[in-house]
Amino acid sequence: MSGEIRARFRVDRGEFALDVDLTLPGRGVSALFGHSGSGKTTCLRALAGLERAPGGYCAIGDEVWQDEARGLFVPAHRRALGVVFQEASLFPHLSVRRNMEFGQKRTSTAERRFALPDVAELLGIGHLLERRPDQLSGGERQRVAIARALLAAPRILLMDEPLAALDLKRKHEILPYLERLHRELELPVVYVSHAPDEVARLADHLVLLDAGRVVASGPLNDVLARLDLPAAFADDAGVVVETTVAAHEADDLTRLDFAGGAIYVSRHPEAVGTPLRCRIHARDVSLALAPAEQSSILNCVPAGVVDLAPTDTPGHVLVRLDAGGTPLLARITKRSAERLAIRPGLALHAQIKSVALVG
Amino acid sequence: MGNPDLAAVWLTLKLATVVTALLLIVGTPIAWWLARTRSALKGVVGAVVALPLVLPPTVLGFYLLITMGPHGPVGRLTEALGLGLLPFTFPGLVIASVFYSLPFVVQPIQNAFEAIGERPLEAAATLRAGPWDAFWSVAVPMAKPGFLSGAILGFAHTVGEFGIVLMIGGNIPDKTRVVSVQIYDHVEALEYAEAHWLAGGMVAFSFLVLLALYTFNPARRQRNVR
Repeated sequence: MSGEIRARFRVDRGEFALDVDLTLPGRGVSALFGHSGSGKTTCLRALAGLERAPGGYCAIGDEVWQDEARGLFVPAHRRALGVVFQEASLFPHLSVRRNMEFGQKRTSTAERRFALPDVAELLGIGHLLERRPDQLSGGERQRVAIARALLAAPRILLMDEPLAALDLKRKHEILPYLERLHRELELPVVYVSHAPDEVARLADHLVLLDAGRVVASGPLNDVLARLDLPAAFADDAGVVVETTVAAHEADDLTRLDFAGGAIYVSRHPEAVGTPLRCRIHARDVSLALAPAEQSSILNCVPAGVVDLAPTDTPGHVLVRLDAGGTPLLARITKRSAERLAIRPGLALHAQIKSVALVG
Repeated sequence: MGNPDLAAVWLTLKLATVVTALLLIVGTPIAWWLARTRSALKGVVGAVVALPLVLPPTVLGFYLLITMGPHGPVGRLTEALGLGLLPFTFPGLVIASVFYSLPFVVQPIQNAFEAIGERPLEAAATLRAGPWDAFWSVAVPMAKPGFLSGAILGFAHTVGEFGIVLMIGGNIPDKTRVVSVQIYDHVEALEYAEAHWLAGGMVAFSFLVLLALYTFNPARRQRNVR
């Protein structure tokens, strides 16, 4: 079932050029992240077969969808994939149920992997089946669109900024469903986004695109902890830490354990033992040679310096740390780096000023 | 209303029904092509389709008469096929009416196809529907208001034509004498009472058609809401 995704596209439209050569894992969520105009949507459309990139190549596992060297191009409707667009694009003349059946009807029984009631239950839309699309909220529409795509027996699910058209409340309504999808289905997902928090929350593999080129591609934290990313991404520099809810303490703090230690956050509703992803920005991490007892900063973990790199922020450097196997990034001033004589191999303490919970 | 009047009404309805059916068959692919093409010919074809909107029916009728006449290419073809000549026959009148009412059917359908946009068809493609399948299962149902408008306008416009009937059809009872011509005959003969029946009927019919179009057409209603 699983199979890695190989794609090579070259598109030249004068103003805009795309030149990518990608290998994405055949499981989990691969995020294509970049600013608008970076080519991420074009890349997704080419994967889907909605656009034909001249000279392109695209295969999933042993199934080749495009190989222009052999003049092969499988049109979108013959590819076993699902696409979720930014707008749900439900068919307005069909009920929710008929929308969901649209793709399912066009697959062979042998191919089908999910049953309609199961998918409806997974996405929490069982009570909406007889409604018409115009009677749904934006979040509900998008969930129906995801269900519709899943029922077409895809080998891969492509999502083009599926949350971008929704307000914050709707986003938070959908994200848990996307995580559920991720946990419960063995289905590789390619997720296009320009929202760092969505990527931090959902992605396992991250591809950074800038001006039509792949800047970095690899497991989420390997990419996030790189120091050599272009300025466009440096402002959001930070890592994602996989933690587990360890304890809810009496003073309304929740302890989260991770490979490199523990961090405290405001009381979190999740039960002890729940995995939780946290995002720690480089700008929120400061460094101290000794644990600062006399400080209001609660979260302080021992870490070793791996390397340093200049940043585009004047007077600052980016320090890559290793905290018991968990990479961390810290952005500090050059002056401090010199004063503390920060160099690779130095053991110190990373003070974390704030933690963003993303899961 | 005498027998010739009823015959004229019957003939008119028959003509309009046949013409509307043909227009939907001929007009739909033209509308689809016009709505989706990026060809440079789009402007030319669009203009040709729209010509009957601005040309006097006599001009169109004149050229059709020549083309379908004994020395015209179509006339030679129909004679060679043993079909005889088309002018002053019911089939000839049907062909002329199809040309004359074409824009009234093509344009609403074209607008409806254009309003759908690319996205629903792309969504259909990613759900395993080929182009032909997506056309019937997505484009046509979504363009239904346009088809309804096109059919109503095509039917009503065919019922209301006069000039082109005189040019191509003449005034042959049961073959080409439609209501509008019959009214003309009544007026010429100073039979105002009979003319009133038919003319009043036409006014009522046209009003009802337009009322239906403006009241029940969901496309127009939506546009007002937005």
